[in-house]
Amino acid sequence: MTAFNLAAIDIAWLPICPLIIVGVSAMAVLLAGVRVRDDESQGLGVLTLALIALAFVFALGLLGQSGIAFAGAIAADNFAVFFELVILISAALVVLMSIDYLPAFGLSAAEYYALLLFSTFGMMLMATGGDLIVIFIGFEVMSISVYVLAGFLRRSLKSNEAALKYFVMGAFSTAFLLYGIALVYGATGTIKLGPIRAALSNPMAGNPLLLSGIGLMLVGFGFKVAAVPFHMWTPDAYEGAPTPVTAFMAVGVKLGAFAGFIRIFMVHLGPVSPDWSIVLWVIAAFTMTVGNLVALVQVNIKRMLAYSAIAHAGYILVGMTAAGSQAGGAILYYLLGYAFTNLGAFAAVIALERRGVESDLITNYRGLAVRHPGLAAAMALFLLSLTGVPPLAGFLGKFYIFSAALNAGLVWLVVIAVINSVISAYYYIAVIVAMYMREGEAVVGALGRRPAVITALAVAAIGTVLIGIYPEPYITGALHAFNSAFGAALPRTASILP
Amino acid sequence: MMSVPPSWFMALGALLFAIGAAGVLIRRNVIVMLMAIELMLNAVNLTFIALSRSLGSIDGQVIVLFVITVAAAEAATGLAIIIAAFRNRETVNADELNLMRW
Repeated sequence: MTAFNLAAIDIAWLPICPLIIVGVSAMAVLLAGVRVRDDESQGLGVLTLALIALAFVFALGLLGQSGIAFAGAIAADNFAVFFELVILISAALVVLMSIDYLPAFGLSAAEYYALLLFSTFGMMLMATGGDLIVIFIGFEVMSISVYVLAGFLRRSLKSNEAALKYFVMGAFSTAFLLYGIALVYGATGTIKLGPIRAALSNPMAGNPLLLSGIGLMLVGFGFKVAAVPFHMWTPDAYEGAPTPVTAFMAVGVKLGAFAGFIRIFMVHLGPVSPDWSIVLWVIAAFTMTVGNLVALVQVNIKRMLAYSAIAHAGYILVGMTAAGSQAGGAILYYLLGYAFTNLGAFAAVIALERRGVESDLITNYRGLAVRHPGLAAAMALFLLSLTGVPPLAGFLGKFYIFSAALNAGLVWLVVIAVINSVISAYYYIAVIVAMYMREGEAVVGALGRRPAVITALAVAAIGTVLIGIYPEPYITGALHAFNSAFGAALPRTASILP
Repeated sequence: MMSVPPSWFMALGALLFAIGAAGVLIRRNVIVMLMAIELMLNAVNLTFIALSRSLGSIDGQVIVLFVITVAAAEAATGLAIIIAAFRNRETVNADELNLMRW
């Protein structure tokens, strides 16, 4: 046994400052909630927003620092900080959507905001983890909080069912991830990502322990990012959960899971990428195709957006298959645009929701353009960005990822991806047609007139447009974040910038 | 004294993991599925301990403590979710929880 050397653990609080703030905030909100009645809980939401803003400022301060601490267990490099910033923005937008949703649906706010912050903490920990066990703990803190959030509408049968399915499938996938970690530990003798990479530089190809470990970890992450064939829980969990939670699942959970997935696979398992990239190729192709084809027949908008989220995970997997630093930067940019666009779409869904009324059907959107032109225009904007129409964020994200994949020689995968993009236009534009060209009685719920929801919609719309029409700072920032963290470790690839 | 080679522990861990995974897939009672998931996590714990011993590294044993904590949190959350569902539906059978399809 190696001796345990306390001095070797360089304790540094600064790199984990944003994490500490979010974790302590969660407990503070829980305590503050003791004295708040559920029907006047808006103040608690504002407090949560302020605390998220504080963590955001501290995370901004970490940009440009190496951030390696705790003997490599924490790696708050630019890659991690980029993810922390996007995760915090997503959490803030979800809080804005929830401020009026909670009293309207009779939900207890303190536990809700506390769980939201705990899962944000887990996502940020996943992005910051420098060894497999920290990433695993982040994975679990994130997942367990979101299981509870999915079942937060305690009297709703659908919400119960969503939480139960999400929990069983999530816990099942956790076991696979953990077994994968165990086998990789057995093959390389370490759980720290840097030394794992170093160990893989020696010829290890075909080591059965390593290969099964990588395969099992792929299953674990595949479940969390909702890749086909591990996606069965996604539509049910998304449909049944309270809509702000669905938005958080579609964006936040995906951000956290991809942060860990990319750091482990694209970077530190890079030396053995021939072993897993072909599997990822197949998963990416199936994820895009199944997600888009099944989305075509959906009548419930939350379920349609769930399949759309599966399809978008497929596009990101195309970038991961391409590997290399340019693809990494492209994925970061894509996720930034995806966060604003998808959160905006869910904010629009919330604006139309009413308690006790089935209001999530696409037919409920008929005639929205006449009744409420502003909301219809915003929803159309988000749907067009999800389709990938220039000059919105969704278009450039796909463009950068597909360029990186083409540079890597994945011509057929890009062909499949582009065909899928075209298929997706059908079901996104079907909603726009319902809003603009059909007669109907679309009813905007009381939530659609509340300032918080409107703010969330406006911020998301501005983000979607701004990132699309003025992409330079964001794409260069994303490329820089990825390169400064991992550039030395990855092979240089042709630039995706024109 | 004769010692059991680590590969035997690894094999036992793999067997228990497979039994657990089969349990989740075959059994329809959600509580039994939860128990099967716990079995899978403990199979991984056994694997970690065996690897830690054969590699001569302490990491594997530290992980096991974390995993036990996580498994406890997961079981508590899972049972709470099952109770919430049972109050509304009076069933813990996974096949009867089928409001949403496709």
